[in-house]
Amino acid sequence: MVKMVAELINANPVVYERKERRVYKLPAVIDEYAQEPIDQQEIFDHIRDIKDPEHPYSLEQLNVVTEDSIEVNDEKSHVRVTFTPTVEHCSMATIIGLCLRVKLIRSLPSRYKVDIRIAPGTHATEATVNKQLNDKERVAAALENLTLLEVIEDCLSPTFA
Amino acid sequence: MELGAELREVERLEGHGDRVWSLAWNPAPENCGRAPAMLASCSGDKTVRIWQPTSSGAWDCSAVLEDAHNRTVRSCAWSPNGKLLATASFDSTIAIWEYIGNDFECVATLEGHENEVKSVSWSASGLLLATCGRDKTVWLWEVQPGNEYECVSVLQGHSQDVKMVQWHPNLDILVSVSYDNSIKVWAEDGDSDDWHCVRTLNEASSGHSSTVWALSFNTTGDRMVTCSDDLTLKIWNTGLEDYDSWRHLCTLSGYHDRTIFSVHWSSEGVIASGAADDAMCLFVENQDHSVDEAPYILLLKKEKAHDMDVNSVRWSPKEPSLLASASDDGVIKLWELSQVS
Repeated sequence: MVKMVAELINANPVVYERKERRVYKLPAVIDEYAQEPIDQQEIFDHIRDIKDPEHPYSLEQLNVVTEDSIEVNDEKSHVRVTFTPTVEHCSMATIIGLCLRVKLIRSLPSRYKVDIRIAPGTHATEATVNKQLNDKERVAAALENLTLLEVIEDCLSPTFA
Repeated sequence: MELGAELREVERLEGHGDRVWSLAWNPAPENCGRAPAMLASCSGDKTVRIWQPTSSGAWDCSAVLEDAHNRTVRSCAWSPNGKLLATASFDSTIAIWEYIGNDFECVATLEGHENEVKSVSWSASGLLLATCGRDKTVWLWEVQPGNEYECVSVLQGHSQDVKMVQWHPNLDILVSVSYDNSIKVWAEDGDSDDWHCVRTLNEASSGHSSTVWALSFNTTGDRMVTCSDDLTLKIWNTGLEDYDSWRHLCTLSGYHDRTIFSVHWSSEGVIASGAADDAMCLFVENQDHSVDEAPYILLLKKEKAHDMDVNSVRWSPKEPSLLASASDDGVIKLWELSQVS
């Protein structure tokens, strides 16, 4: 599944400015049992720092994910992330999708249903990649592949900093 | 007709350390230490657990089958005599467990699949075992004396991974369902001993438009139900010897809003489905036979049956109103279906 290539798929990616970070204010009275609804920005904060599999830049810096690419319905416990690969033939699209899924599985409450997809019209094999990323049996099998898991962990490490 | 039914949770079985993928009721638990009932479950935690009622009536885990697989155990199936349990794993092998002297022992390991094995099924006679997996193939194994299993055929035809295989309840006919959205029927050629695909049910034959995850026959084998990522269940008329006449009977849609992973037909004719929307649905044949009426209708929907995806639903062969379900939440539940007036 992972093809290690000598040449970079996208040798010169466009790098964008990082957006400002939200400062979390603690409420005056802390109610431990209050359930804070999860919003778009919180989801974005979970995934913005994921490292691109082939560049030293984050998915935010490469505009692979933006805040607007996240749809969240906290009441229905549903989130959908639409990502845009940097080039149409990016063979790393599946890895990026897996990174997004793994990060959200680890960060969100288990009641959450997560859908990951490629932005319509931005990838040559969009339907194939989308089907793979949303087949949980294939995802489970992929995550038992230690080589692949290592690549994913490496991409996720900046998000836990 | 007034449909009054209630599905009540009667047991909650906890022990697996990861998602539970699949369940199998032992069809002849009396052959396993005279147990009154026995359920096997398999999980992402790489183990298989055996559950049975204790003398007080409460259910308990009586055995943990481990060390045979080093990756997820995706599916399990009991032989018709209840003495053997076959388990299929992502580690590319199938293990055969035999009940010997109060314990389950791994007596054979079947190797051949290139990678993840996803499903296993015993034929009605118990003489053939079918397996399938990510390598797009279906393997047929002949059960021989002395725990020997000989591969008699490798069936190729699916263009993507094969999600599940299931034998017809009475005949040596095998059905497989796949990530390629199709359902294939396999049978032996009358003249030679060759197995081949005798029928493909795809979108052009009113079939599914996305991954087909599971199938189940009714007791007599004249109906089959399939479920899919396209959020529908489909019922097929399979009553005729001539495979070309197997046809789509009806589509049940609008009941689940995420992928339907499992479907099972009870011996009393109730179809259960389990899906990624955490819900289960029960369907029955419509007693109103007028032409305009749907042939199958919803009996009830159990929202929030589990805290996460429902991966497997299985009716007990001994107590037709007892249903078992398994989920990503790591829990197995037993449910009692009762009619209320």
